[in-house]
Amino acid sequence: MKIRLDNVVKTFDTFRAVRGVSLEVASGELVALLGPSGSGKTTILRMIAGLEYADGGAIYFDAEDATAISVRDRGVGFVFQHYALFPHMTVAENIAFGMKVSKVKRSKTAIATRVSELLQLVQLEGLADRFPTQISGGQRQRVALARALAVDPKVLLLDEPFGALDAAVRRDLRLWLREIQEQLGITTLFVTHDQEEALDLADRVVILNDGVIVQEGSPQDVTRRPNSAFVTRFLGDTNRLFGRVAGGRAEIDGQAIAAPGLADGAAEIYVRPGDLDWSRSGEGMAATVTRVIDRPDSRRVLARLANGDAVELDVSPETDVARGDAGFLHIRRASVFAAPR
Amino acid sequence: MSASPSGKPSRVGDTPLVRRTLITLVLLVGAVLVLAPLIVIFAQAFSLGVGAFAATIAEPDTRHAIMLTVIVALIAVPVNTAFGLAAAWAVTKFDFPGKRLLIVIIEIPFSISPVVAGVAYLFVYGLQGVFGPALADANIQILFALPGIVLASMFVTAPFVARELIPLMQAQGRDLEEAATSLGASGWRTFWSVTLPNIRWALLYGVVLCNARVMGEFGAVSVVSGNIRGQTNTLPLHIELLYHDYQTAGAFAAASILTVLALVTIVAKVLLERQGAGRRSRVSVAAPVLLAEGQRP
Amino acid sequence: MKRRVLPGLPLALGITLLYVGFIVALPLGALIYKAGTLGLEDYWRIVSSERAVASYRVTAGSAAIATAFNLVFGMALAWVLVRYQFPGKRLVDAIVDLPFALPTAVAGIALTTLFAANGWLGSPLASIGIPVAYTPLGIVVAMAFTSLPFIVRTVQPVLEDLDPALEEAGQSLGGSDWTIFRQVMLPLLAPALMAGVSLSFARSLGEFGAIIFIAGNQPMSTEITALLAFIRLEEYDYQAAAAIASVLLITAFVMLAVTNFLQARALRYTQRS
Repeated sequence: MKIRLDNVVKTFDTFRAVRGVSLEVASGELVALLGPSGSGKTTILRMIAGLEYADGGAIYFDAEDATAISVRDRGVGFVFQHYALFPHMTVAENIAFGMKVSKVKRSKTAIATRVSELLQLVQLEGLADRFPTQISGGQRQRVALARALAVDPKVLLLDEPFGALDAAVRRDLRLWLREIQEQLGITTLFVTHDQEEALDLADRVVILNDGVIVQEGSPQDVTRRPNSAFVTRFLGDTNRLFGRVAGGRAEIDGQAIAAPGLADGAAEIYVRPGDLDWSRSGEGMAATVTRVIDRPDSRRVLARLANGDAVELDVSPETDVARGDAGFLHIRRASVFAAPR
Repeated sequence: MSASPSGKPSRVGDTPLVRRTLITLVLLVGAVLVLAPLIVIFAQAFSLGVGAFAATIAEPDTRHAIMLTVIVALIAVPVNTAFGLAAAWAVTKFDFPGKRLLIVIIEIPFSISPVVAGVAYLFVYGLQGVFGPALADANIQILFALPGIVLASMFVTAPFVARELIPLMQAQGRDLEEAATSLGASGWRTFWSVTLPNIRWALLYGVVLCNARVMGEFGAVSVVSGNIRGQTNTLPLHIELLYHDYQTAGAFAAASILTVLALVTIVAKVLLERQGAGRRSRVSVAAPVLLAEGQRP
Repeated sequence: MKRRVLPGLPLALGITLLYVGFIVALPLGALIYKAGTLGLEDYWRIVSSERAVASYRVTAGSAAIATAFNLVFGMALAWVLVRYQFPGKRLVDAIVDLPFALPTAVAGIALTTLFAANGWLGSPLASIGIPVAYTPLGIVVAMAFTSLPFIVRTVQPVLEDLDPALEEAGQSLGGSDWTIFRQVMLPLLAPALMAGVSLSFARSLGEFGAIIFIAGNQPMSTEITALLAFIRLEEYDYQAAAAIASVLLITAFVMLAVTNFLQARALRYTQRS
């Protein structure tokens, strides 16, 4: 099932949550809607589900205009942020609910068979008779997924699917969800505010801010070629340096960085900690180390430039560097944007 | 500050002197104010012996008053319950303009003197009221008859079910209903199999309190019933009548029935509170509902 | 019409508005209309008559004393129930609700019998020169009884949720128990106490059933406003009844506004994020 959003708009009271979003999701694709809170990502997901109605624009499922179809008839599987498992029903009853209320009548044995299939799929055999309060958060999440899948939805929608889980459980479930999605080949959208989660899991990442899409593309696209200061900062740690652009090149402390298509004038140069090299002597920006933080796979160096700006960089664990050392920073790669006026 | 026997440092007010004084004081005053009236009721009810007690209860007017009270409750409580469910569903599952005002209006009967309620009903259905003359022409008797008693009872208890359900359903949010709907369930199906099981204790709690109030209502009913012995006397009105007739033992015998109802209500209340009902609304009349809105993004 | 995701709004709201309109708004509207037909001068003459004013004084004065009593006793009761363990505590906790559950007429005759000059409590009190039944004090007793649970039940949950670290902080800073209670705990309980006070006072103003048995009902001294409205009705003086009832109604609206305001304030402390 292909999904297409055409200039969708949603306003709550006076707050314009979504202001003209157009998006296409190919059949079988796994797409992340990524953005800070209030960016409109959840509202978009809920509009695709039919849990909110768009104030303007249209939503198509394949060629069918689904904009006005109610959530009951839209045939989507929705996994709620806090799962919304029915607390008075067992795991099996939760999963069976959609089949029981369906217009398509199924026999009791057919439902039971399907429930045990799904329990197997989400690896929860043996927990069928537990109540939601009697299982762990990760297990609840999988029940919610099984419940959504039980009605053979055309689209799977997940709202912050890992938001309520511990870091360790989260990583496991992420990989597992990707496997299931590939196995079923179901078109899937999920919402997250965690860039790592989006990049780990999705075929394509749609980054939102203030109710509009600011960039969309593969994880490689958005990480390597962020199109704005917002995207650069949102996707991870970065240093902001100030320089000038002249003739399509940005200059900073004698280092030149390509800035094709940028008008001459003041510029912001964003450099990730891993894209800075440290040397005792040689070229680059003079800096003094103020602190060294040791991490399992790297050393994070906090340094101060001659102009007083603080920068952070990651060096290999073997690098010999200590507080008070003076040296030079070389920019290996950077993103340059015109400075906001 | 002295250490308490457990060896833990003492909390504020934990010194034995303060503690014993307060407990004694509270129990003493409580016994005088609450326990003593309770004992008086049963002592007076049986003051002329069990036989006299049974005779009073068996008296036709008393039996009629009991019947009338039960009939009023059988009509008013279910209607009120349906209203409470409808109001709670409308207020907690949707946003619409005027919602806060509606909640306040639902709460109004809670703060109005029952006598005022009775007087107000007189000015609707009484001969000097808005519809009175028209109803009299059509020969429809509302006041001084069952319909008036039922209406007045519904007025004084209008908020009882709604105010138990609204805070709870507000706190539960809309996720469960949205989930059920997204799985294809109809509105009724969602209500019966998802919403209702999760509010059943609070609903029952509201129904129990509503019933106690309907059966015990005095002021409003006393205005609209006309106190016709053996016809429009509910049990509380019958108690007044017997009491003013100097049939003290009889009055207390009838009162003991309502007292047993009150005690049963309290036991039911405690049991339901153990199921988690009622806790949310203990502080609240209307304010929490007003504040807990706007959980939508 | 905006589309709704969940079904049932028209039905649910329809039932609600019909019920509220028919059961609540219509009679209150009729009462206000009836009082309004009086004309300002007549209205004022009735509501400011000597007997009416005396009834306001009796009602409000007794309600104030009863509420003051319940403020102290209710606070003590809530404290004892939350902070101490003692045998029978759960029974006491449950029985606190008796005044709510017991029909007011039953409470009325029980209190009257108890506090009458020959009653269990009335006779010792009468012998030391404090008659209760058929005096203004009787009204206070009936009001105190019927509104007893309000302050207990508003303070109790707030006291339960009070963070023990607050008093520990007070203790660590060297405060005495009394100082900590007064300066740390009481300010946090104050909004709940105030909300309870306003509920209790409002209930006392409107109480009828429990009072008329014990009050004596003498005009000018032991006649409450609700009873005066009732008497005017029995005298077929409907306009006077409407006017006096409207005074009670307006008072109730004012108290409702005050209560809502105070409860909103109380919640600032009770609602934890």
